[in-house]
Amino acid sequence: MPQNEHIELFQKRYGFRMDYQERQRKKKAREHKLQSKMAQKLIGIKGKIFAKKRYSEKVQLKRTIKAHEEKKTRKKDEGKVPEGAMPAYLLDRENTSQAKLLSSMVKQKRKEKAGKWDVPLPKVRAQSEAEVFRVLKTGKSRRKGWKRLVTKVCFVGEGFTRKPPKYERFVRPMALRFKKAHVTHPELKATFCLPIVGVKKNPSSPMFTSLGVITKGTIIEVNVSELGLVTQGGKVVWGKYAQVTNNPENDGCINAILLV
Amino acid sequence: MISKRKLSESEEKEEVVHVLAQFKSESGELLESPIDLPLNITTENLQLICNAFVKKSDEEATPYTFFVKDVEVTSNLAAALKNALLDSEKVLEIIYQPQAVFQVRAVTRCTSSLPGHSEAVISVSFSPDGKQLASGSGDTTVRFWDLNTESPLFTCKGHRHWVLCTAWAPNGQTLASACKNGEIRLWDAQTGVQKGKPLVGHKEWVTWLVWEPFHLNPHCRKLASSSKDGDVRIWDVVLGTCLINLAGHQQGVSCVRWGGTGLIYSASQDRTVKVWRSEDGILCRTLQGHAHWVNTLALSTDYVLRTGAFEPAEFGRPQKTLTHEEAQEKALDRYNLVQKVGPERLVSGSDDFTLFLWNPETDKKHLARMTGHQQLVNDVKFSPDSRMIASASFDKSIKIWDGRTGNFITTLRGHVQAVYQISWSADSRLLVSGSADSTLKVWNLRTKKLHLDLPGHGDEVFAVDWSPDSQRVVSGGRDKVLKIWRY
Repeated sequence: MPQNEHIELFQKRYGFRMDYQERQRKKKAREHKLQSKMAQKLIGIKGKIFAKKRYSEKVQLKRTIKAHEEKKTRKKDEGKVPEGAMPAYLLDRENTSQAKLLSSMVKQKRKEKAGKWDVPLPKVRAQSEAEVFRVLKTGKSRRKGWKRLVTKVCFVGEGFTRKPPKYERFVRPMALRFKKAHVTHPELKATFCLPIVGVKKNPSSPMFTSLGVITKGTIIEVNVSELGLVTQGGKVVWGKYAQVTNNPENDGCINAILLV
Repeated sequence: MISKRKLSESEEKEEVVHVLAQFKSESGELLESPIDLPLNITTENLQLICNAFVKKSDEEATPYTFFVKDVEVTSNLAAALKNALLDSEKVLEIIYQPQAVFQVRAVTRCTSSLPGHSEAVISVSFSPDGKQLASGSGDTTVRFWDLNTESPLFTCKGHRHWVLCTAWAPNGQTLASACKNGEIRLWDAQTGVQKGKPLVGHKEWVTWLVWEPFHLNPHCRKLASSSKDGDVRIWDVVLGTCLINLAGHQQGVSCVRWGGTGLIYSASQDRTVKVWRSEDGILCRTLQGHAHWVNTLALSTDYVLRTGAFEPAEFGRPQKTLTHEEAQEKALDRYNLVQKVGPERLVSGSDDFTLFLWNPETDKKHLARMTGHQQLVNDVKFSPDSRMIASASFDKSIKIWDGRTGNFITTLRGHVQAVYQISWSADSRLLVSGSADSTLKVWNLRTKKLHLDLPGHGDEVFAVDWSPDSQRVVSGGRDKVLKIWRY
């Protein structure tokens, strides 16, 4: 291997050979012969790697050819009318993208009845009880172990008061209680910090749902009144469901995606 | 017992205070000499007295509203004067305003949803006589609808982009429509066939179309159009040519109006309103004051210019066909009647959340600056009797202002999204508004409250219109259907 850029230096100083361009052209023209020879000759892992590389090159080539062809033909059908007609008084205004809420209220109600949602995260890792709860030892000599500490993020309703310690089986620490979530509207591509209304379903266990445990994949209900979504009847929609997309106990915040 | 009661009655009678009152019309003319009135006189009694004074023998009694010291008399005189100091030395002036003789009934139900358009309905408009209906849509078609059967009549294809605005000629025989490519096409309302060639010239989309007022020319030959490219063009629709190009705005023109005295008013995004003479295209004056785009204009005579020779009070009675000259005379009479209330006033709504009231024929300075909206003003309309102004804003409210002074009257709240368009009923007592929250709302201007909520649209309502014969309201929006509402 050359240790320095001798050839480049030489070419800079003295220029190319007189037949340099011609030789390059011929070399390039004959390259396919070398390629096919290699394709036939190489076996084993080398052959596999070579074949894969060649395959991806060919795909790339076809793609670019197709793109070029499309570019050429597109000019013909320019008379197409764009969708999303706007009245003249809205044409110069940018923030006209509006959440489409056509009859989504009805859809949501139907889904609510079935208890199933078409959610962005369909498969959620199940959380075992051992993972969510930690056993607290109680009693004077720390012998009893009936108390549980919730180690995940929780939503606790507004008017909740803790029970006296003797009767409190599940402890939900203050530090892990959340009231707000960052909810992304998938069509608007915008994120809002919205107050949580309740935990609709934690897929791991109905007990987690009733406790208000929020883990990845949990369906929460959020207050969307500030988004200004409207039903067909002209009423403001205020509660909508969202699915949690991160691990709140690790991140310290709840990120969710709105189910539209 | 009996004597006691009599005594108390007589005491009550003594308590009634009398004032010397003088009836006065809006324009300041005194009616008869001052009369002595008890303070507990009701509006009904005031009506009787006023009608007796005015004495129009051949007509039925005209309803009036009465104002004392800028307060409307709703129950009796004492209630209206409650807050004001009563000076017994002076004559109390009672200002009377004649109201429309006929009463429009509020629309309450949707009689038909007309599908047909395959894209959002952008503009809807009734013809000046209220017998025809046209709509323009994002699917590049203009459609005419039959109002008797509430069914489609004609589909007019020709435009190659969204049809942004439509305008009926004041004789009700032609419809002009303009698209986003800047073309204007004319359609025969009787057959649905295109009239002549398209009017080409605008380089950007057309924002507004307006016809020459009927009393200036009963043949409806001239049409003015404003465009995003900053020009206002006056077209001759018979020859299909551009007569005058009013260039002068530095940015897109958002709205254009043709006044009854032959002046053209144009509002632009360059923050000015310009006044042009329509005969020769000379710029008369530039009205400055707004701090941001001017979105919309309204004239106090808009309604009478729109309806031309058709009198809303006469709908439903047999109408004789008029010759051009007769019709023009009638239109002129109607125009002069509205002029009596005050000279032609112009109100402009802007992106700087304010409205300005102008007297554009004579004065460069504004009459009033109306503040209060918290978002841009999208639509402004004078009431048909030109006594009130309604302004619709993106701050979800509609505000009502006095049509002569520009004083704030009230705010109508109820919409939960931006209000796009409003339309008055012919008797100025009701108002309908269409909003982004997919509902229409009918407002009562007597109680100044929400009268009715009309849900039904599936998405934003872009256009709304109340027919001049007061029978129907039509609305269209992004959900592609046209809805007709009746009582």
